[in-house]
Amino acid sequence: MTRPAPGQAPLLDVDALLDDRSVQIVVCCGSGGVGKTTVSAALALRAAERGRHAVVLTIDPARRLAQSMGIEQLDNTPRPVAGVDATNGGSLDAMMLDMKRTFDEVVESQASPEKARQILDNPFYQALSSSFAGTQEYMAMEKLGQIYRDSQGTYDLIVVDTPPSRSALDFLDAPERLSSFLDGRFIRLLLVPARGPARFMTAGLGIVTGALTKVLGAQVLRDVQTFVAAFDTLFGGFRQRAQQTFRLLQADGTAFLVVAAPEPDAMREAAYFVERLSDDAMPLAGLVVNRAGQRPLGGVTPEEASSAAAKLVKSLGREDPGMTDSTQGPLAAGLLRLYADRSRQVAREAVLRSRFAAAHPQVPTAVVPALAGDVHDLDGLRRVGVLLGGQDEDTRRETG
Amino acid sequence: MPPDFPGVRLHVVTGKGGTGKSTVAAALALALAGPGKNVLLCEVEGRQGIARMFDVDPLPYAERRLATGLVGEHGERGGVVHALHIDPESALLEYLSMYYKLGPAGRALDRFGVIEFATTIAPGVRDVLLTGKVYEAVKRNARNRGAIEYDAVVLDAPPTGRIAQFLGVTSELAGLAKVGPIKTQSDNVTRLLRSDRTAVHLVTVLEEMPVQETVDGIADLRAHDLPVGGVVVNMVRPQVLDQKSLTEVRKDEVDRAAIAADLKHAGLEADELLLDGLVAEARDHAERQALEDAQRKVVAGLGLPTYELPRLADGIDSGALHELAALLRDQGLA
Repeated sequence: MTRPAPGQAPLLDVDALLDDRSVQIVVCCGSGGVGKTTVSAALALRAAERGRHAVVLTIDPARRLAQSMGIEQLDNTPRPVAGVDATNGGSLDAMMLDMKRTFDEVVESQASPEKARQILDNPFYQALSSSFAGTQEYMAMEKLGQIYRDSQGTYDLIVVDTPPSRSALDFLDAPERLSSFLDGRFIRLLLVPARGPARFMTAGLGIVTGALTKVLGAQVLRDVQTFVAAFDTLFGGFRQRAQQTFRLLQADGTAFLVVAAPEPDAMREAAYFVERLSDDAMPLAGLVVNRAGQRPLGGVTPEEASSAAAKLVKSLGREDPGMTDSTQGPLAAGLLRLYADRSRQVAREAVLRSRFAAAHPQVPTAVVPALAGDVHDLDGLRRVGVLLGGQDEDTRRETG
Repeated sequence: MPPDFPGVRLHVVTGKGGTGKSTVAAALALALAGPGKNVLLCEVEGRQGIARMFDVDPLPYAERRLATGLVGEHGERGGVVHALHIDPESALLEYLSMYYKLGPAGRALDRFGVIEFATTIAPGVRDVLLTGKVYEAVKRNARNRGAIEYDAVVLDAPPTGRIAQFLGVTSELAGLAKVGPIKTQSDNVTRLLRSDRTAVHLVTVLEEMPVQETVDGIADLRAHDLPVGGVVVNMVRPQVLDQKSLTEVRKDEVDRAAIAADLKHAGLEADELLLDGLVAEARDHAERQALEDAQRKVVAGLGLPTYELPRLADGIDSGALHELAALLRDQGLA
């Protein structure tokens, strides 16, 4: 393979990735609003129709897309998707993540029924499991780990859509954050009263619990303490699972795809993702630039098109004799303006991508042209899949 | 045009990711900062988006003069937009020192990881700290010596999917804490957020998912008794073709020979490829236009005041923000 010119990214061969049996997990990450869910579903469908036994774990699909995949009800279990072409021997299941339920399931699997009940009923746990910043990210990864462990023989490819986080890679931090929290002095502090002996109450601790009581009120602190005491024995299991999942993500069988839209903000986020994944030694497969503009046919520059449009508008205005036999003047001018706008858009996007490629020359890139309509059924996903898979020099030329 | 939300002191701006809610929040702050007005623009998601849009250094946890507001209708100099980047750690420490005079206990809290616990792990506390700081800025009055009194506060809030939880968390937390100062504080914040001094505006683009999320977000806000303001439809495409042309394009009835003649007249030699390119672009445009029109109907059906902002091809800078601000004011949002 020849080295691409500076500012030109190597091509990401999506079909080769999906056909590679050693790839067992594909994680799609990216900022909100770039079409991550659609890309994940399209990848999984394409893989299935190329012969993989795939399952796609989505976070928050558009209602119509969820309906067309048969996953509009949240039951936290993968369900077969109807209408998948099984000619090549593949299959597709899909599920939508129920964060609280996943958390509950982990607790239930780790504790005795009695203890589990005690935890699930704790007001602090209830708030934690539904609103802790990062819970959704963490639970997405937990569910991935679960499906991976339980699925040997059922699935050979898991595609995961990640939550549109404020800090985009929260799901990578979540296990570690949980671990450090569980190992932290604060937990020890909370456990002190539950375990009794007053001699551990050093002066520092006294001040801290005093302050906490003052701020939170004694009852919240008690809820937290009860929760921590009940949860204490589960911490080890939680941490172990979190670390397992983290290692699973780092393993060779995992491929991360960063999804971005060709806009300055989304590309900046994408650059951050790429760097962050490299820092954490996560196997990055490439960048998907979604919904890219396509260079219109005809090879006219935007300047030429604009100036021709302006000329037409001018002749229309003064009823140029040359225009009298035509009623198409306004339409022709409109077409030229649309053409010019599109060419400019493609040029701007090309600049963004080439800057990205200059800064991250090692990241293979797939460019997916935008569809005019919304994607909300399998046919739409299939079309996106073709665009994802069909990365060749032609697509690239057309998208600048 | 008289503004649609004259009594509102706190404008909360939310929207699905990618719809440009931060841009709209910034433009709204500029629009509200008419002559003689002081406006505070707050961000709470740690992204330093404000600094980037206005091309200034990253913002600290302190109110900074950011920009001059929109010029008045008779050319008077605009007011002042201040900016504040709220991070939960600083907000917690400030809160503790303000209300509890904790002294050494404050440092001990930090040493024991309590600050980290409260701001990252304890459910809802993070959000309460963020809204609590906003509350403080809104409620300020002449008694707060040295602090700026704002005519309006604009909050660039978390996305639509999280907004009701973010704003409603105070009541959730109040439920968790049945007595005590946190309860009092969150009750106060909840009272402001649910009052007619607050309006939550939703930003969308004319695509199916963002519009659906807007519809869901409104239902969610109402379920939490939070006051829904207006809908800002952002990045609207220009109407390039008239209805007659759009119909021709959709029906594939474009008279290619006539177009070719027009192009020739305008000095462009039209070959088949160029005609194909032109017609394909037009068809794409017509299809998008039809989708946008369908979504525009859904938005209109919400029965809320609606504002439209154009798609700006060349990105967002301070000039573009002023342009958008003027459009918002002309349409009555500010």
